[in-house]
Amino acid sequence: MSNRILLFIAALLIVLPLFIVKNTEFAGADTLAEKMIQQISPHYEPWFDVVFEPPSGEVETLLFSLQAALGAGVIGYIIGLYKGRKRNG
Amino acid sequence: MKKPLFWIVSMCATVYILFALSPSAYAMHIMEGFLPWQWALIWWLLFLPFFFIGLRTMTRLMKQKPEVKLLLALATAFTFVLSALKIPSVTGSSSHPTGTGFGALLFGPFVMTVIGTAVLLFQAFLLAHGGLTTLGANAFSMAVVGPFVAYGLFVLCKKCGISLRMSVFLAAMMADLATYVMTSFQLALAFPDVTSGVWGAFLKFASIFAVTQVPLAITEGLFTVVVWNFLHTYSERELDVLEERGVFFK
Repeated sequence: MSNRILLFIAALLIVLPLFIVKNTEFAGADTLAEKMIQQISPHYEPWFDVVFEPPSGEVETLLFSLQAALGAGVIGYIIGLYKGRKRNG
Repeated sequence: MKKPLFWIVSMCATVYILFALSPSAYAMHIMEGFLPWQWALIWWLLFLPFFFIGLRTMTRLMKQKPEVKLLLALATAFTFVLSALKIPSVTGSSSHPTGTGFGALLFGPFVMTVIGTAVLLFQAFLLAHGGLTTLGANAFSMAVVGPFVAYGLFVLCKKCGISLRMSVFLAAMMADLATYVMTSFQLALAFPDVTSGVWGAFLKFASIFAVTQVPLAITEGLFTVVVWNFLHTYSERELDVLEERGVFFK
């Protein structure tokens, strides 16, 4: 199956929930798992706190996009390199 | 050519019909401090042997076959990208894929333990995502269970004569899913339900962690096949080298 079709299906899978599921924020927080823990054992106190927390959502987004950008850059570079190498024999 | 397309499409459709109506949920790694220290310790101890074997395997591989270094970088980059993508799911919440299946198929599961751990460290230190105390548990699910499931399933698929692309797809998808099933299991062990015990708690956590992951796992499987297609077309030389070592990816 060509990559184009595969990527198209992947894109559909990502975009469709936005239209199918209503009344939700698509929150990516771990809040519900936390709530579940508190529901099961109400007296549990987290005993360790995060070392560093991004000061704001914007900074967090920056770091996440940096992670993705670096990765994507490397993937593009390597595949491009292989492609060029193959073309030049 | 047409058969896998049919399977993938029908699988996606089933997932959507099954889960489109479930209540909202969130899914990610286990949060910092959210495992009692005994459990945190147990998972650290279980995880470390895999990590050290992985380090040894990786250094040996780099020494013996330096030409595959680029592929190693590719596998690392793939995990970095995929675990940075928070993708909306049919459960009405977002989660991210893991990207560990791909590398496990290339280099075997142990090498992927090291790479997956590196990604988790990055996220724990800089993004307040996951945590250091829970790193053992998170690494065990994402960097041990995931890669091993991918590798095992791939070997099994090949034995059963399933086509190569389909095997890659299934292996990557199940690795992703297994990671979050394991996370649910870890939480259930640490927080058994008062009335329904570990199993009841497992079902509760699985409804949060694993269900959200189903469409993401399919997406990850698709992405993995895309990159694999590129490799298969352009870098036979490296794949040959890896195959010599018994990592049969071709």
